[in-house]
Order: sequence, then C-alpha cells, then structure tokens
Amino acid sequence: MKPTDIGDPAYFHKVVDCQWACPAHTPVPEYIRLIALGRYTDAFMINWESNVFPGILGRTCDRPCEPACRRTRVEQKPVAICRLKRVAADNRGDISDRLPVIPKKKNGKRIALIGGGPASLTVARDLLPLGYECVLFEKDRQAGGLMRTNIPSFRLPVAVLDDEVERVLDMGVAPRFGEEVTSLKAVLDEGFDAVFIGTGAPRGKDLDIVGRAEASKNIHLGIDFLTSVAFKHTESIGKRVVVIGGGNTAMDCCRTAIRLGGEDVRVTVRSPRSDMKASDWEIEDAEREGIPILDNHSPKEFLVENGELKAVVFERMRAEYDETGRRSLIPSGEPPVVVECDDVLMAIGQNNAFPWIERDIGLEFDESGMPIVDSQTFQSTLPTVFFGGDAAWGPENIIWAVAHGHQAAISIDLHCKGEALTERPSPLTNLVSQKMGIHEWSYDNDVSNDHRFAVPHADQLESLKSLTVEVELGYDQQLAYDEAMRCLNCDIQTVFKGSLCIECDACMDICPVDCINFTENGEETQLRAQLRVPAENLDQDLYVSENLTTGRVMVKDEDVCLHCGLCAERCPTSAWDMQKFTFWDGTVMKGPERVGAD
Amino acid sequence: MTHIAKPKFSHPNLPKNGLGLTRRNYEGVVSTLCAGCGHDSVSAAIIEACYELEIPAHKIAKISGIGCSSKTTNYFLNRAHGFNSVHGRMPSVATGANLANGELTYLGVSGDGDTASIGLGQFSHAVRRRLNMVYIVENNGTYGLTKGQFSATNDKRSKNRKGVENQFDSIDLCSLAIELGAGFVARSFSGDKAQLVPLIKAGMSYHGFALIDVISPCVTFNNHTSSTKSYDYLRAHNQVMDRLDIVASRPEISADYEPGTAIDVTLHDGSQINLHKLSSEYDPTDADTALSNLNRYKRQGTVVTGVLYLDPDEVDLHDVMNSSKQPLNSLGQSELCPGADALEALNAQYR
Repeated sequence: MKPTDIGDPAYFHKVVDCQWACPAHTPVPEYIRLIALGRYTDAFMINWESNVFPGILGRTCDRPCEPACRRTRVEQKPVAICRLKRVAADNRGDISDRLPVIPKKKNGKRIALIGGGPASLTVARDLLPLGYECVLFEKDRQAGGLMRTNIPSFRLPVAVLDDEVERVLDMGVAPRFGEEVTSLKAVLDEGFDAVFIGTGAPRGKDLDIVGRAEASKNIHLGIDFLTSVAFKHTESIGKRVVVIGGGNTAMDCCRTAIRLGGEDVRVTVRSPRSDMKASDWEIEDAEREGIPILDNHSPKEFLVENGELKAVVFERMRAEYDETGRRSLIPSGEPPVVVECDDVLMAIGQNNAFPWIERDIGLEFDESGMPIVDSQTFQSTLPTVFFGGDAAWGPENIIWAVAHGHQAAISIDLHCKGEALTERPSPLTNLVSQKMGIHEWSYDNDVSNDHRFAVPHADQLESLKSLTVEVELGYDQQLAYDEAMRCLNCDIQTVFKGSLCIECDACMDICPVDCINFTENGEETQLRAQLRVPAENLDQDLYVSENLTTGRVMVKDEDVCLHCGLCAERCPTSAWDMQKFTFWDGTVMKGPERVGAD
Repeated sequence: MTHIAKPKFSHPNLPKNGLGLTRRNYEGVVSTLCAGCGHDSVSAAIIEACYELEIPAHKIAKISGIGCSSKTTNYFLNRAHGFNSVHGRMPSVATGANLANGELTYLGVSGDGDTASIGLGQFSHAVRRRLNMVYIVENNGTYGLTKGQFSATNDKRSKNRKGVENQFDSIDLCSLAIELGAGFVARSFSGDKAQLVPLIKAGMSYHGFALIDVISPCVTFNNHTSSTKSYDYLRAHNQVMDRLDIVASRPEISADYEPGTAIDVTLHDGSQINLHKLSSEYDPTDADTALSNLNRYKRQGTVVTGVLYLDPDEVDLHDVMNSSKQPLNSLGQSELCPGADALEALNAQYR
C-alpha cells in the first residue's frame, strides 16, 4: 500500500467515528472534554454553531453518532453522546454575548423560507449574520415544525423548544406565521432573491383495508394525532388503543395515548421485533411504560358493528430472508388475531406533499412526485428555489434537516453573489500536538473502564399522568463527568513520523489493543490478513507509513485504537505524537461569526 | 515513566491459546524503564513465547537479580512465581528453588552487570552444574541504573556517549557458557522478535542449562553512533547463523529447506527443534566449531545470532544428583520419614 496521506482532511476525520457519522459533523469529543471540565457554556456553543438546537437534539436526536462510537467496538455500549449534549444545554450560562452580531446594514438580499422547521431555521441562522433578510412562512402560529407538533412534551419540554427556536427568530427573522403558502408562484412573484422550501413530509400514510371508511371516526393518522395533542385539540382517547406501526412515531403515539387515558395500549408491527424501524432506546422507553409490542402482526381488517369500531383483525406473519439478506414477510398460516379496541393510531410512515407547487413554473418533479434536487447544492431545477430537510428526499430526522440547512445556506449565499454553487467552502481543519511534558498530555488519556451510565428518570407514576412531565431527568453534573470520561478522545490522533522511528517495537509491545504492526508492505487485502490481529473491519482504514530503515512499514489498524497515547509515551524518539485534529465543516460563517472553536 | 495503567480493553478478536488465554493474560504491570528500552521488547518476547507454549503462568518461576534488566520480571507474567533477589545472586536462588521443585519452568532474567561482573561466579557455577533453567541476559553493555558506565560485556574500543574509549577486553558470555558446559547457547537481538521468540520457546523447553544472550540496546546511554550495542549497529552487523522452529505436540507445516542444512533435535518433553542453518560451514552441535565461529566473527566486529551451540543429550542437575523429581512440597509423611529400617540401611552405607 502507498503511505497514508494524513494531509487529506477525510483521513483523520473518519477516525473520529462520531463526528464522521454526524450529518452536521459536530466536533463531539471536543465538547465532551469541555463538559468533563465543567465548561458547559463552551460545550453548548460548539454544539450551537454546528447543530443549532443542542437542547432539542440532546433529547430527541436520532444520534447516528452513537452506533458509530468506537466504544461499541472495544466495550459494549457507546458513550451517551446525545445525553451529554443535553447536559451542556441544561447547565450552560448566559450566551447572549457570544452570539453572532447581526449587521444593521443589510446586504439587500431577501430570502423566503417556507416551513418553520429545523431546516428553515438553520438557513436563517446561517444567513442572518451575513446581512440577509429572511422571511419565514409557517402555517402554524409558532415556528418549530415537527419539533413542536410531532415530538411529545414529555420528551421535549416546550420551554426548551421555545428557547432554541426563539434564539434564531430573535436574530431578526421576519415572521409570516399563520399563513399557509398555497402557491409557490405567488411567493416567487414577491421578488425574493432565493426561496428555501423546508416543509417536511407532512402527510401520514393510510391503510386501505376493509372497514377503514366505516370506522374512520376512531382511526387517526399518527402525526395528525400528535399535532392535535400538541395544540391541545385532542385531550382524551379511548381506553383500548391499538397503534399500528413500528417506527419512532408509533412509539410517541403509544406513549401519548397512555397519558391521555388509554389503559390497554398496544403497538402492532408487521415485521419481527428485531426489524422494527424505531430506535432501540425509543422502544425501550415504550416498553418501560408497560406497552406491549405485538410483532409479526399485519392488519387485515377493521371490525365495525353498528358504525362503531370494535376490533382490528391481524394476520400472523413470518419473515424469510434470501441469501442476499433481503427480507420478505409471508403469512405464517396461524389463525388470525383479533384485538378489541376503541381507537386506532396509524403510524406507518409519512409522505411528502407539494400540491401548492405549480408544475409549470420550471420546477421539475420525478415520477414519484418528489422534486428533483441536486444532492450537493440542494438546488431545484428552478435556480432560485432550494430544498432541504424532509421536503428534499423524504423523512429523515432533525439532525439531517440541520445539515441540509447549512448546505442550502451556502448555496443560497453563493447564488446571491452570482458565484458557482459547486465552489463549496472547504472544511476548516487543524492538527496540533497535545504534548505537555514527557508523559503529560493536554487530554486525559487514562481510559475509563466504566459501563454506560443510565439517565435518571422521573417517577413513573407521576410521569404517566401528565403529557408535560419530562420523563428523562438528564444526567446531573457528576454522572455527566463520569459518562464524559468514557469518551476515548478519538480526535486526538496518533500521528506517526517514520523518519524518526528506530523500530524498537516499544509502541507495538505496549499497545493494549494490538493495532500497531511493523511488517512487510503488501496489497491491502494481504496486509490486513498479516497483521498481529487481522484487520477484518473493512470500514476502518489502515494507517501505513513510508518505508522504514529495515524496509518494513508501520501499519496501524484504526479499528479499535483507544487513543490512550501509550505508543507515544513509550516512543523514545517522538516518532509517535498525539495530535488534536479539529474539523469544522465548510460554512457560510467565517471569522468573527464563528463562535464555537477555541 | 508512564503514569497510567495499561487499559484493560483488548482487541475483541485477540486469539486465544489452548488454555483459553490471550497474550494479554501473560502481561505484568506497565514498565518503568526508559521509553524504547530493548528490555521491554524482551519482556514482550517472553510474553509471546509463554503464550505460544501454552504454559500456565503458575508453572513458571521468574527469578532475577538487580539492575534495569532484573526489574523487568515485574513487567510480564504477573501470575507466575517470582523472586527478585540480591545483585548477582539470581543463580543461587534459582538453584535452591529448582532443587525444591523441579516441576516448574525456571526463567532467570539478568543483565550484563548482574551476570558478567558481580554475578560472574554464580553464573559460572549455575552453568557447570547444568541447572535446568533458561537464563536470559539482557545485554546492553552499559550500567544504565548508575548513569552509563561501561559494563564487562562492552566491546573493547567501543566508545561511550562522550567519546571515551573502553580500554578493556569484553567478556563473551556465550563463549564462557560453552566452555563451562552449557547445553543450549544462543544469542539474539531485542529488535528481532521473529528470531527471539522461538529461541525463548526452545530454551524454556530445553532440559538443562539454556543461555540466551540478548543484545538489548540502552536507548539512554548506549544507543549512539559509536556504540556496538545500538539498534543501528546491530541492524548493520547482525550475522544470523540459523533460524529455528520449535514444534510442540501440535503438527507443524514445515517449509522446504536446502538438504543438509536442517538439524532436528527432539527434546526430553517430546517437542522438537528444527534448526535451519544459514551457513553450511558451521555445526552448532560441535562445541569446538561453535567457539571458533564465535571468535572469528567477534574479531570482525560482527554479532552472530541464533543457536550457537546445542547439545541434544544434556543431563541436568537432578539427573546428576539423582535427587527427587517430585516437588518437595508434595512429598507425603511416609516418603519424608521412611522409618527406622531405612535410616539403618542408610547409615550402613557409610560404615
């Protein structure tokens, strides 16, 4: 193999598994270290710059970072990254003097943002400091989008939501709330320099089976039900409730139902339990509240008597997997299951809907009715119109909407300046030695053996009575410290300089996870096989040095490196050094607008 | 010195030996030696050898004297028996322990000062008594703990860091051991684990006295350009005499070697040593050629490594003295006190 090019920003970025997995590329280990130091405000600002909604995401994020966490490969459970983010938000001090200054003199460009969810708010947050005027259209009277309508208050308190949404609005968003856009053409005719569409995927999927129409009074679409509860239009539900669907919306529906008075609430899902779409922790939360999950149950019919819903009939299913792992659900032949109920909540997915976009204005759609959007620039086929969030490519989650918002803001800025949208700002990276003394580092390299700490919960008897009692209490500062210490500091990179190496083997001998090797070079497959412990995780790179004095090369398998720095401590010539790799995504924010970085 | 303990996490795919142990189960505490010390590589090679031999640690006694090298017994096999003895007196302690319990594998770790200076007398007698042990000398040619004076193994005319030349002849421990009747004499380099690990395995399996003189650079005091015991010097002047496979009871796929260059030796425990000579004019089972070979290369400034001398038919101290093969701590009342008749018979022998 050729020597690894550590000058390529992607190489070390990929080693920081959590940051690499995060759509917004939040510098996770950096803010976790700040939390351990008690510098909550600094930790909050790093998050705010990168993901705009630390308090919201610290409670509700789908956390792609956690399955990626290195800790899952050397221990068992990932660092509770998401809940540590919440700690930064819960404990932060005043940040008003740290927010970007909004120029009094505007740059003369007006941007329309349609839909008041996380994607649009991110675009506004990024563009307002540059002097743009941002007009936000939202059909409801408050901004927040699905964060307000579809996430129950017992998971996300309204005060937290309001605080973070208002922080963006207070930067000078011009609100046009309570105004549903019914024609894109009409918006365009107002002469905006660019339009951003972040209207989400607002239409719940329905199920056309026998009895659906007759029982419609008691069958509710999940997201509509949650919205109705959020705006206090729905305040009760039948005693026996069946939730159909196995995603996160289904989990929110069932937990909301028991708080509205449901006594016998069940979740039914077509697939086996292990294939459910909901995040593991959301399933756990529902089960902890005593909600049974009936898997392999496919709804066949709604039983209606005298115009009243009586029960749902389910066919039992069985999953079969072909050799490629593709699943097919087939009826198991067992007798059907009849579940009596008063109400049904249907949470089987969401669709996009753009009835308000005229099809003759140059904005093209594909066969499935989705707008054609460039995956890098987020620009539609109508150059002034940009998409982001669920509106762009279908349902994802908040952190993706934020990531889209950042990219769309870059595109809108370039578009308004008349520059090529493909000339994206490059990421900001840095690599700095952390050596403080012979065996002193500026980070704590003593690896914690603790298992993941559980987040304390409110008393269940109390929380199940109320829609607004937050179930999770969050870590206190001591628990947060202990959990933060589990972080392996993957951004503190092992940097190797072959010209200094005397091949004494000290690093190889001390490495607790046998990831350092001195060996003959070869093709990657061969090299992976001949290491001390063969490098079987192909997602993780090999770090290969130039040829050393004996003609061998140093090969490090990045897979399970603990970043403990012992290789560097035991190196007599400082051929190894521990260096902090900083990576910030390219952004429209530059210079004084940047708030998070040290 | 490293301040943190080595993290307990290990590679999830770390292989296990027949005892279900990984090589990490054979470790000790984190070394306090200088970073890059050759001795740490020797410790790692011992760990690897014991792991591969599948010896449970409690069947091993590690014994040492005083010095940087003798400290290292704390850095491997923390489940083994251990005795960190007086300076130069490791052989006495090993002899006593061996006589009391011949069932353990005795692993002596010493340095050039501990062996060639203060302990030279003890070393010589352990060799000539054919004590069943492997005696590893971590030889760096310098007194590291007392700030880098020349040791007795430092080559004549080699210089110290300040450029001062050594005026005295060096003691060659391998030549000395062959002279005194050691059955297994080898030399190696801490920077060549591919050679060192099989040598340690062979030495531990050997029945009799096995000396392994490991040139182990001192990064702090004797790794400079005018040293003959530096990493660079060893890499440039290492004449490898042979390569060795050690075959335990498991079947081995053996590579093809030139006919006539391989010597197979079956050891007392049934394991087999395959010695692949890299030079045809040399016979390691003949003490005379082994000695002249050593002297010839030494004059050239070349360090010969590998198995230098091997006597397949060695007898050990227990064999010579016909002493109890059973550990003394497991002898029962009847064996320890065989009765008046036995005493009478014994006394009769001396009348």
